[in-house]
Amino acid sequence: MQLNEKPVLQVKNLTVRYGDGCPHCQEKLEKNRCTVCGTVWAANDVSIDVYPGEVLGIVGESGSGKSTLMQSLYFDLEPTSGSAFLSGYHNGEDSIWNASAAEKRNIKNCVMGMVYQNPVRGLRMDYSAASNIAEKLIAAGNREAGFMTERAKELLTSVEILTSRMGEAPKNFSGGMQQRVQISKALANNPSILLLDEVTTGLDLSVQARVLDLIRRIRAQYGISILLVSHDLAVIRMLADRTVVMLDGRIIESGLTDQILEDPQHAYTQQLVHSLL
Amino acid sequence: MNILKINGLTKNFFLHNANREIHSCRNISFTLDEGKFLGIVGRSGAGKSTILKCIHRTYIPTEGDIIYNSKAFGEISLASATEREILYLRNHEIGYVSQFLNVMPRTTAKEHVMNALTETGHSVHEAKEKAEKMLDYFRLPENLWDIYPNTFSGGERLRLNLAHTMVKRPRLMLLDEPTASLDDQSKLLVRDMILSLKNENTSMIGIFHDLKFMDGLCDSVFNISEGTFE
Repeated sequence: MQLNEKPVLQVKNLTVRYGDGCPHCQEKLEKNRCTVCGTVWAANDVSIDVYPGEVLGIVGESGSGKSTLMQSLYFDLEPTSGSAFLSGYHNGEDSIWNASAAEKRNIKNCVMGMVYQNPVRGLRMDYSAASNIAEKLIAAGNREAGFMTERAKELLTSVEILTSRMGEAPKNFSGGMQQRVQISKALANNPSILLLDEVTTGLDLSVQARVLDLIRRIRAQYGISILLVSHDLAVIRMLADRTVVMLDGRIIESGLTDQILEDPQHAYTQQLVHSLL
Repeated sequence: MNILKINGLTKNFFLHNANREIHSCRNISFTLDEGKFLGIVGRSGAGKSTILKCIHRTYIPTEGDIIYNSKAFGEISLASATEREILYLRNHEIGYVSQFLNVMPRTTAKEHVMNALTETGHSVHEAKEKAEKMLDYFRLPENLWDIYPNTFSGGERLRLNLAHTMVKRPRLMLLDEPTASLDDQSKLLVRDMILSLKNENTSMIGIFHDLKFMDGLCDSVFNISEGTFE
């Protein structure tokens, strides 16, 4: 870790709003919905930095804006305002949200990797595991079949999927295996940042442990930065260096993960930590 | 030379659900010289662990300052340093050891120690070599190295904790009751280890319930209840 390093990802004042807004919107918010005009503020002035090799955790209840942030970053939804800078795009000088459609595709294929909570969103379930990886490689301009087969083998082995099963479609795999294929697909073109959206949710404990271990190994092996969204504080405790707490579309607290968990300052964070089983 | 200077440290916890403030430690001041061992004593609940956690920045001090003389930054306030600076110091200069083990699932004892290095950019080969040396130094039997540590005894966990922290060669070690629930034999082992760390010029602050254990080990003892040195 070098202290003078620039962030890999910098999000400034992200706002995602459903509705036109009104002059009372900021004062008369009940949770994240304006009581006057009904506009929903899914993300409200959110700013974060992610540094090289770091895991930044984002916690919060359902509807707090965690997934809105991830989906905005991966161009799954369009932000109302704000900017996001990636060191891998124009050297971090231009916002990725102003990029052309072709540039956005390139960012999704080569600069960022996304792993969704639901593997159906990240994988083509009827294509083989190897084809899923090849799809990413082709999108980045690779055309050589031999290279793509070798790369698929290498990636699937690193996520502990037997190469003898690389020809099988993910629809035949267990939930944990599908998640691991999704992670290997996200890593195909060596992205500088991985977005992980509730990747262990819904998996049983032993499978969860396997996925957590895999994420930790990937981070050590590739030195990749990770933005980790989870509502599970145990997952955050194990993986995140720093943590941001979101509530009603806003960031209410941020700090070192152990400090957030042991000395939470905000009433909601205290409530969250005290609810930990 | 002072490695650590604490001035008027106060830590209160405000509990929103009870609308109440809990006072933990109040107006604590002391200094620690490089290579010395400072023991902290006091009744339960006096705030001994709170001091260590404020130094480690697991807790945010309410008032006062903690000045650490860092190799990388020179004099730095641990109360107001950035999160990135604190992470750097934790990775390179300040170690924290408690009786509790916090290990990733499916991680063996050796991998746990290696991770401390690989996560800060060391190669796997170098990490393996150093981890084995450290586990050997802390006398963790070799047949336990490739086992998941959740089955370890208290003494074995402590030695693993020490190896995990010491493999990064911290300049300042914070020992938070590491001998609690250990038998006399294991305590002697810890004592030997602390003495060898002292010989290597590691500065240490330790909290131990067993006053006999601290006898002859500490260069000075700070009584938190009285605010005095012995």
